[in-house]
Amino acid sequence: MSAVIGCYLRITLAGFHRYSTYRQAVLAGTATNVVFGLIKVGILTAVYLARDGASIGGYDLTTSITYVWLGQGLLGVVDFWSSDDLSERIRTGDVVVDLSRPWNMQAALLATDLGRAGYSAVARFIPQLLLGALLFPFRWPTDPLVAPAFLVSTVLAVLVSFHIRFLLDMTTFWLLDSRGVRGLYGVVSGTLAGLEIPLSYFPDWAQNALMLTPFPSMLQYPINVFVQDGSVLATLGQQLLWVLLLAAVGRLVLARAMRKVVVQGG
Amino acid sequence: MADLAVFARLARAQVRGQLSYRSSFVMNCFGQALAQANDLVVILIVFGRVASLGGFDISAVLLFYALSGMSFGLADMAVGSIERLPAYIRTGTFDVVLMRPLGTLLQLFASDFQLRRIGRVLTAFGVLVYVLSTSDIHWSPAKALLLVLTPVAGAAIFGSIFVAANSVSFWFVDARELANTVTYGGSYLTSYPINIYAGWMRTLLAYLVPGAFVAYYPGLTLLDHADPLGAPSWFGWLDTPVAVLAAVLAGLIWRSAVRHYRGTGS
Repeated sequence: MSAVIGCYLRITLAGFHRYSTYRQAVLAGTATNVVFGLIKVGILTAVYLARDGASIGGYDLTTSITYVWLGQGLLGVVDFWSSDDLSERIRTGDVVVDLSRPWNMQAALLATDLGRAGYSAVARFIPQLLLGALLFPFRWPTDPLVAPAFLVSTVLAVLVSFHIRFLLDMTTFWLLDSRGVRGLYGVVSGTLAGLEIPLSYFPDWAQNALMLTPFPSMLQYPINVFVQDGSVLATLGQQLLWVLLLAAVGRLVLARAMRKVVVQGG
Repeated sequence: MADLAVFARLARAQVRGQLSYRSSFVMNCFGQALAQANDLVVILIVFGRVASLGGFDISAVLLFYALSGMSFGLADMAVGSIERLPAYIRTGTFDVVLMRPLGTLLQLFASDFQLRRIGRVLTAFGVLVYVLSTSDIHWSPAKALLLVLTPVAGAAIFGSIFVAANSVSFWFVDARELANTVTYGGSYLTSYPINIYAGWMRTLLAYLVPGAFVAYYPGLTLLDHADPLGAPSWFGWLDTPVAVLAAVLAGLIWRSAVRHYRGTGS
């Protein structure tokens, strides 16, 4: 048992190391996140200026600016847009090598992704959190328990994001090319998860509809936990439910796909 | 001139190829239109919470958005394939580009001419038609001319930004994302009135990188709206000279960047 866990742990560490080698890319990505963050701060400041500071669904200006830096930092951690090589490996057929290895492929890919997310948390999230906290009005949590809750919520967010990306890659088994599906997801996922503006700015009907989707679990919920908006347990519970559901569906779809795979001799 | 004819033929060949996969082309086009509509939805949600932003009502902001979107979409279509430059440098295929008897820039522009990017332009154009037909603009022949010139000049400005920013790849091949701060970031920034941003950010991203001349100043002139920052109304006519200047500067930056290039020796 411990040997099995050790194996996945080592895959996670490998994922961490793999992403830590692209220093230039990480620096450039963070710089891009910061510039977009600055533009968002400008827009949201103008919003509160026009409202004479009146808050929107629990978000005042300070909370909104805190939201911006948390969101920009989490973007790299949660990762909506990575061009996964899994779908390419399915297209070329290399995936049969992965499938025949003595591991659970879904779990192994998840382990790699957690390593990637861990590196992003250190290299992208923390610097932007500090930047936001030092240079802008910032809302630190008032309760020390928020820190562990935020950590759990962020891990759950990464899990939800991973399982959705896994499912999108799985469509390659049937569509042979998942670029269309992944492209559409890339366009809508950020906004629906609360990347562009806080979801509490949305009209009520849209907020209610989004509650029934996994999107807010990937970004808005961890941020809500940090700025102490809403019940923590309800938020974490909803995220956990989505993780379990999506993981189960992913497993099922992979099993179905396995029945489809025909390995040509070679 | 002969170079442009070659470029046109290369681009036409690309388009013919893309159109032969009709349904894939339609899907991709739709994806681009959706990406542009995404920014529109954000503006509409914001205006569900405020009556004006930086002293501008919704139709003014939509005019900025439409002009910026058309400019960016046209530029992305014409020169966006320069984003593939890092791959050329890393694999050494840029050597081949230098050997051929056609300008390096034109070759890169033609290398991956994507007609699907017209989707962005179409969404923005739809919004432009809507705004112009619903707001009362006092039309004159001069303003009609300005309306035609603005997206063209804006596209030239964004095109210059694409070229100048992607030249960075000659020095930092992994830092491609850095260019996104001024290309995609510029498109995001210029969709809103620029007076909402902090002073130093305006200097950097609206004047030094001349984003303010893409939509803001021409939009003010079209609307007969006084500039809250105090610029006279003829500033709107500066978009064309600024575009010419930007193109010349981008050309010089590109030239010195190419001189810096050393082949990988493959």
